[in-house]
Amino acid sequence: MTSFVLDLAGVHTHIGAYHILHGVDLQVPAGQVTMLLGRNGAGKTTTLRTIMGLWATSQGSVQFKGRPIGGTGGQLHTPEIAQLGIAYVPESMGIFTDLSVKENMVLAARAARRAEELDTTRLEWIFGLFPALKKFWLYPAGKLSGGQKQMLAVARAIVEPRELLLIDEPSKGLAPSIINNLIDAFRQLKGQSTTILLVEQNFQMAKALGDQVAVMDNGRVVHAGTMGELAEDEAMQHRLLGLSLGAHQ
Amino acid sequence: MNTATLPAAAAAAVPKAEFDWRPIALLFGVLLAGWPLIGSSSTWVTLSVAGLAMGLIIFIIASGLTLIFGLMDVLNFGHGVFIALGAFVATSVMTGMADWSTADSVGRNLVAVFVAMLAAMLAAGVLGLAFERIIVRPVYGQHLKQILITMGGMIVGEELIKVVWGPQQIALPLPETLRGSFVIGDASIEKYRVLAVAIGLVVFALLLFALNRTKVGLLIRAGVQDREMVESLGYRIRRLFVGVFVAGSGLAGLGGVMWGLYQQAVTPQIGAQVNILIFIVIIIGGLGSTLGCFVGALLVGLMANYTGFLAPKVALFSNIGLMVAILLWRPQGLYPVTNR
Repeated sequence: MTSFVLDLAGVHTHIGAYHILHGVDLQVPAGQVTMLLGRNGAGKTTTLRTIMGLWATSQGSVQFKGRPIGGTGGQLHTPEIAQLGIAYVPESMGIFTDLSVKENMVLAARAARRAEELDTTRLEWIFGLFPALKKFWLYPAGKLSGGQKQMLAVARAIVEPRELLLIDEPSKGLAPSIINNLIDAFRQLKGQSTTILLVEQNFQMAKALGDQVAVMDNGRVVHAGTMGELAEDEAMQHRLLGLSLGAHQ
Repeated sequence: MNTATLPAAAAAAVPKAEFDWRPIALLFGVLLAGWPLIGSSSTWVTLSVAGLAMGLIIFIIASGLTLIFGLMDVLNFGHGVFIALGAFVATSVMTGMADWSTADSVGRNLVAVFVAMLAAMLAAGVLGLAFERIIVRPVYGQHLKQILITMGGMIVGEELIKVVWGPQQIALPLPETLRGSFVIGDASIEKYRVLAVAIGLVVFALLLFALNRTKVGLLIRAGVQDREMVESLGYRIRRLFVGVFVAGSGLAGLGGVMWGLYQQAVTPQIGAQVNILIFIVIIIGGLGSTLGCFVGALLVGLMANYTGFLAPKVALFSNIGLMVAILLWRPQGLYPVTNR
């Protein structure tokens, strides 16, 4: 039996006067990578932000490991949700540009008060994934390139073990070599049984990483299944996404 | 592996990010430009020390306000009430410790001043806690309401001060030790201004240490840039904000005592009088920037003293002119906080 780390049932989200999510049903299995696909404006980012409590669930329920974190059963605040073991990498990356790479990492490690208290083994592993972060360790994060900022955003999310990563379009605007770095990093995380919910438009990345896929349209999940199934069915891709994923590159 | 040294050693090969020295060069430029304009070296030294003392007092008051705005986008126009409360508490403490402040002993005089400062900070901090809970919290994210209700809070606070201490001006004399001047060559430097400079520099150093060397400081700096991301990392920014609000109120209370001693008198309107200056300072510095606030405050202090001497008729407008000139040069202020 598949155990779900995250379970959204009939989730509605309003942002001011706008009704964005119209009853999202989504299950994220433990230890797998679930891709969240859809056209622009389908509600993917809003779904991630709703899970994190950055937008309140106005109807329906969000459960993390069986515990209500949004909507029916009680709405937790964002810090409480993060403390349960959920890390979020927003589309904007959320880098603190006036802080150094080191300071960004120390901040992300809740258990560490200073760099010396970071888990050295884990830090070495992160430096192995993203060597640029070691090189620019004392550099202001705002001076990094776009790709390096994205590496820092992901590194921050994994500086301590987390049970669930919510990552919003990490490959956006990045060079293929950097995308390959990210794919490698996510593969290693998957190998460590970390659950990932990944919003992505890049088919290469989606196909390389995805175990499960959910496709959104107009604030609802309109398809859920395996990534392999969607990757092989061009007609389904046209129907759900308006184009074939291959042509999307 | 030593995580502290290995990345640092690797980073040595990377070109250092350049610190922006231009605002500090501007500060020295103003300082040096005053010399030939004033003409007399001794007068220039006296005015410069007075300007730096005034600037550092304004910095102490404004540093909390700039972080309050930076962290939560809260426009607190009621900051002046903490200044006024601090100053009036100091009058009561100094009156109560008159034996100490008038004694012919440096130690006893300084104890009286420091006790007054501590009491003022405590009173202003407690008022800040109540002010945040009752007045600011219901209007998070609503700028217009923030302006109206915090100004209203200040008016109510002023009236309550009048109820307790009366509406009239109260003298806040300097202790014996701090009266008079040091004479260096032909220059006369008031003793109290030296103390004000020293306290201002200590507060600045402590703030820099707290902001740059502690995790709470990191959280404040990060929160000023992107509070939503700080929350997403698992930190409760509201709790942090309350702490900053109380600390900022306490610093305003300290600034109130120092401003009162600077003028040797306090009135219930003292906060409203200083309010304009501190808003000019935080706008010049760049909203949310502590270093910008420091440089901006010193510029304002120097400008007020130099123009007061050179062209008294335009002195009232000098700081507005300074703000306009700086915003034309740097629309986001001297040290803008990125992401804002």
